[in-house]
Amino acid sequence: MPEARSGGLARLLGTTAFRITALVVAAFVLTAAIVVGALFWQTNSLLTAQVLRSVSIERQSLIDVAQAGGTLALVETVAGRSGAPNAGGALLLLLDAAGTKLSGNLLVWPSEIGIRGQGGTFTYAATRPAVGIPALLPDGSLLLVARDLTDQSALIDRIRRLFLVGFGLLSLTGLVGGLIASRLMLTRITQITDTGATIMAGDLSRRIPLSGSDDEFDHLAVNLNAMLERIEQLVAAMREVSDNIAHDLKTPLSRLRSRAEAARRDPAGAAAHADGLARVIDDADAIIQTFNALLLIARLEAGAVDNSAEIFDLNQLLGDVADLYEPVADEAGQHLTLMPSGPVFISANKQLIGQAIANLIDNAIKYGMPPASREGEITVGLNVSTSAIRIVVGDRGLGIPVADRTRVARRFVRLDRSRTKPGTGLGLSLVAAVARLHAGTMQLEDNAPGLRVVLVLPSSLKRTREGE
Amino acid sequence: MLIIEDDVEAALFLQKALKESGHSADVAHDGDDGLVIARDCCHDVLIVDRMLPKQDGLSLVKTLRAEGVRTPVLFLSALGAVDDRVKGLKAGGDDYLTKPYAFTELLARIESLVRRTEPVETQTRYQVGDLILDRLAHRVTRAGGAVVLQPREYRLLEYMMRNAGQVVTRTMLLENVWDYHFDPQTNVIDVHVSRLRGKIDKGFDRPLLHTVRGAGYMLRDGAV
Repeated sequence: MPEARSGGLARLLGTTAFRITALVVAAFVLTAAIVVGALFWQTNSLLTAQVLRSVSIERQSLIDVAQAGGTLALVETVAGRSGAPNAGGALLLLLDAAGTKLSGNLLVWPSEIGIRGQGGTFTYAATRPAVGIPALLPDGSLLLVARDLTDQSALIDRIRRLFLVGFGLLSLTGLVGGLIASRLMLTRITQITDTGATIMAGDLSRRIPLSGSDDEFDHLAVNLNAMLERIEQLVAAMREVSDNIAHDLKTPLSRLRSRAEAARRDPAGAAAHADGLARVIDDADAIIQTFNALLLIARLEAGAVDNSAEIFDLNQLLGDVADLYEPVADEAGQHLTLMPSGPVFISANKQLIGQAIANLIDNAIKYGMPPASREGEITVGLNVSTSAIRIVVGDRGLGIPVADRTRVARRFVRLDRSRTKPGTGLGLSLVAAVARLHAGTMQLEDNAPGLRVVLVLPSSLKRTREGE
Repeated sequence: MLIIEDDVEAALFLQKALKESGHSADVAHDGDDGLVIARDCCHDVLIVDRMLPKQDGLSLVKTLRAEGVRTPVLFLSALGAVDDRVKGLKAGGDDYLTKPYAFTELLARIESLVRRTEPVETQTRYQVGDLILDRLAHRVTRAGGAVVLQPREYRLLEYMMRNAGQVVTRTMLLENVWDYHFDPQTNVIDVHVSRLRGKIDKGFDRPLLHTVRGAGYMLRDGAV
């Protein structure tokens, strides 16, 4: 599959990992080139300076010869010193005033060198590099003292080649490394992307596979998986809620409708109509109550109740709510006992905490009657430790089997035995939502016998006194 | 009174129902009109919807209060969560009712607001028939005989006597006597009222504490 492969390569080259590697390699090579280039230039000029110095000394000695012994002595000395041109060897050329060669091992005066100048590099014998300094002697003859640079330039050439090969290798290794790294990353990322695509296509149960190496990708995958888990739960909960809404709101709605119809059909006339209307209003009120509770839970779960915390004495509130429900409990044959506690100031949403306590006591009154008895016992108390504030409401009823405990906190869940009693089925879910809003939890425990519901609030809500 | 409500049908229904109960009402359909009318004229109570076109109910009431208009305001709103209520009261509203509401509830609250403008707080003694509540001595008597009440029952009775002759709803009692703004799930208030009734009406021929069907309770000398 050459096409697929080249497509894969194009994808690999397009990855962030590869781009970053390429950028790093390029920056590295550029920096190395600047450093090595500077070193190279420095070495080269140092070598040239050395050669020039020795050339300059030789030139001076030849000028001295000319001054002492005249042109003839110079011609001899030059002839004596110039052997065949060889690598690293001395190069000499002596011309008379007319430009005719008198002596030396160079054939012609190089065009690069002027008669009076400082001298410089030139090429002789077509390709060989050299550096030389000219001298104009008093009798008009011209002397060029030079030195062959073949060795030096060979060295420079070798260094240059070495560097080029080195840079090439460096870039290649870097890029290949980059490709491999990108490929590894791409494989992991593709797993995540593929999982995401499957999930978007509707399979919410898919999870990202872990490599088991506990690397950052595994960490990411674990977090994403946890997020997916939560989403799946929420979607499932949502589905359950809509099913339950369909059931628990449709039932009273259809009851309301049939009441209205029955009243309209009733031959008794106006009196029956008025009575039917009153019932219809009662039904509507019950539906509104359910609806309000649903909305409140939804808002609490969205964390939408903001800036509503106030500082109050939780013990006082607990006492007040217990006081409010005491006659109701009494009528239901339940004895409501408030366990004494000192003032506990907390910063929280007073109305919501009050509602939660009310729901718990109300539940205890409705469902906490001991089986086969006409008298019940409800205890309400507050338990403050360094780590948590616990609001405890216990009854002596049937309790809730361990298996059902997580289920009852969900919306509309009503255990079969309580279906016949009035209630929206939202009481405990509201308590749980209030707890969550305050970063706390709701726990259902065995009161041996009976049910004990504990609203656990974090101790960070505690304040030392009012107004702090 | 003045109804500031953008839903034309709801406003008409409210206007009609108030008229049947003996109250005349003007209607404004948006925040700007509402503000102009509320400024100009002398209404006993303003019934203000929270969400209004042009200017929302909260800022309307804030503006009125800043201008020194002290007319009692009752907010009507579909926003019912606890913090919305608090915002409404902070903006200068006197009461807050969540939609959908029962008209009897609204009427009872409006009448309570109208009465609030009268200086009842300075009264030291309430009397309904032969039932007397002495706020200074903290004492209640019926036909001269002392009635012993729990502190909570005393406050309940005090609130009902202050609103004597008016319907007080269960929610009004819960809010004003207990200061709770949540749904008590059960008929808690009924139980408290029936206990109070047992203490003040039991053994007397003329009951003073009446139940108003579909609305709430009323303390009054004579039939409802």
